[in-house]
Amino acid sequence: MKTYLPPKFLVERDPARCIQCQVCVNQCSFDVHYYDAEDDEVRSHEANCVGCHRCVLFCPTNAVNIRGNLLDYRENYNWRPEVIEDIIKQAETGGVLLTGMGNDKGQRIYWDYLVLNASQVTNPSIDPLREPMELVTYLGRKPDMVELGKGSLSLKTKLAPQVRLDVPVMFSAMSYGAVSINVQESLARAATESGTLWNTGEGGLHPKLYKYGKNTIVQVASGRFGVHPEYLDAARVVEIKIGQGAKPGIGGHLPGEKVSADVSRTRMIPQGTDALSPAPQHDIYSIEDLAQLVYALKEATNYTKPISVKIAAVHNSAAIASGMVRAGADIIVLDGLRGSTGAAPKIIRDNVGIPIEMALASVDTRLRQESIRNEASIVVAGGIRNSGDVAKAIALGADAVYIGTAALMALGCTCCQQCHTGKCAWGICTSDLALTKRVNPDIGAIRLANLLRGWSIELKDILGGMGINAVESLRGNRLALRGIGLTDTELEILGVKMAGG
Amino acid sequence: MAQVISRGKSNSVVEIDAQGILTRELNMRLREIVANGTRKIELRNVYGQRYIGTDLDKPVEIEIFGTPGNDLGAFMDGPSIIVHGNAQDGCGNTMNSGEIIVHGHAGDITGLAARGGKIFVREGVGYRAGIHMKEYGDKKPVLVVGGTAQDFLGEYMAGGILILLGLSLKRGENHRANYIGTGMHGGVIYLRGNVSDFQLGKEIGVAELDEKDNLNLKQFVGEFASHFDCDAKEILKDKFIKLFPLYLRPYGRLYAY
Repeated sequence: MKTYLPPKFLVERDPARCIQCQVCVNQCSFDVHYYDAEDDEVRSHEANCVGCHRCVLFCPTNAVNIRGNLLDYRENYNWRPEVIEDIIKQAETGGVLLTGMGNDKGQRIYWDYLVLNASQVTNPSIDPLREPMELVTYLGRKPDMVELGKGSLSLKTKLAPQVRLDVPVMFSAMSYGAVSINVQESLARAATESGTLWNTGEGGLHPKLYKYGKNTIVQVASGRFGVHPEYLDAARVVEIKIGQGAKPGIGGHLPGEKVSADVSRTRMIPQGTDALSPAPQHDIYSIEDLAQLVYALKEATNYTKPISVKIAAVHNSAAIASGMVRAGADIIVLDGLRGSTGAAPKIIRDNVGIPIEMALASVDTRLRQESIRNEASIVVAGGIRNSGDVAKAIALGADAVYIGTAALMALGCTCCQQCHTGKCAWGICTSDLALTKRVNPDIGAIRLANLLRGWSIELKDILGGMGINAVESLRGNRLALRGIGLTDTELEILGVKMAGG
Repeated sequence: MAQVISRGKSNSVVEIDAQGILTRELNMRLREIVANGTRKIELRNVYGQRYIGTDLDKPVEIEIFGTPGNDLGAFMDGPSIIVHGNAQDGCGNTMNSGEIIVHGHAGDITGLAARGGKIFVREGVGYRAGIHMKEYGDKKPVLVVGGTAQDFLGEYMAGGILILLGLSLKRGENHRANYIGTGMHGGVIYLRGNVSDFQLGKEIGVAELDEKDNLNLKQFVGEFASHFDCDAKEILKDKFIKLFPLYLRPYGRLYAY
């Protein structure tokens, strides 16, 4: 069938600069560039281009550029080019539109409508370059009260397991199979060096990475892939994954072609079979059932590790979160509308779930109203872009954040949204060995640690500017925020005053 | 308070009266006892305590008198458990290795996501038994049910062997379960007794038994019979059918790339 889809990108090659070295041919994993030996010329199949810009970066003579193929359809606000193209794609395949990464649509990003405070005159700001500034955060259940030993300062209260983070930014769950082992190693090493945690996702833990266990969160999800006693024992935190912001209510599906020998070993399933993660966990149909799995995992790890429960942010998140805390979760994770994925139906990614800012504010408020906010830490995920977002999340009530997309961008990702194809030219979201070696864990770990270092310094600057010297003092301090351009209802849910008020 | 009695050669058997002991304390006690080298434990008066057998990770033998609670042997790795009574929901949940023998019936999600070990249930099981069982390398979970099962038996099954004997059914009576093997993409189900086509999931096929299947049945029905003192030959005399996944990738053709 002839496709009615025009190329999405155009390849511009400057013949004056091109030396026919074919670096672009070798770098492209989507078969865009090819060498025509007869004419001694490099040419392009533009229809294949996904706009990842790998060739642009690696062309030694800057001869290549990629531009969007901006088609002049007759203007129509309803029938935009993307809508037309999606319909054509489905008419030609009869399939569910798959995509990768997070929601790219225009729903309001509330971080952009929230601004932070700073000290002026009445309260001196602090220069973090000269004065100590504390970013250390402890995740885990906090007691209702603490009791000290008689005549000493030793703690009499027995604390639930706590996890120390030097910086309140962790790496989101990205499974081996979705991302490559080199990506996971980069994350694990950077987390270890930076005093934070990375998360295995639901793909098991590769034997090579057990040594980073102290900085590892392992996931138990509906497929239960690679879950066994050593896996649970190796971890610092065990996370039950109920849902994911990119695809709330939807299961996972690692296609058989991505289940290589090594992925099969880590997931503990036969090579080449689909790894199906059912939509629900079939032992969890209620809060009581969740409590049962939370305590099964506490029993399995002898009450030595916090148990985290991750849900996608949806309409009733606040009530659900209350149930999660009462079910024994020590950490609750909310993944918002912009949360990313290695593969999800596009229609789900772009239309299901609520913005993380609203979910966070309502959950924090609800847990405070019920006087159980101390019983669990709150971690938020889904589209956190920079330290400003982190500071705003903490002021709205988060203990820490997860970053996924931002971490992958540190490794080269340009967000071309082709994760689901397994052909990632940057070697990130693929199990093709020729591609995965493009991420060197030695360099990847440095790039990620650099990112966290930069954000840490910025966070300290933000805190210092407000005249506070510990991230604890910002947590849930919504007076540090003001809204701009928001309705009364939005401000009320966020618990934030209008700027000027 | 728990009464702990040690007996046998150099206290090799430990008996615990579980009356009134809460789950967490009972399991804490089991961990200590197993860490001390005990390899045989008898639990008396068990009333609903959960997670028995979890986190013991040794080939210890536990005999339970009474009714253990949910998630018996969840995440279990190694122990073998004999229940003189019924098991509740989640028996053998995500089990890695070991054995559970239930002299009675078991509840919902028996053997959910088990990757290894064996579960023998003398009578029936509840809903979603054997769902998403999977196998890897030399790990192959086996679930043998003497009676019948409720809906969604072996749903999403990705590996292992599930045997449903239907001993509680009258001659010619159909099994109860609908949606058997829905989404199944690995492993095998052997079924004795009648089922109609509408009870089977769309992703499975029905076949006659071959040599290998007969060997499987002989072994595991044999083990079942020896655990529950019945006649394996008598059971095996009747017709079995084999249910197997039609596709390794049942949902591989859904997507537009």
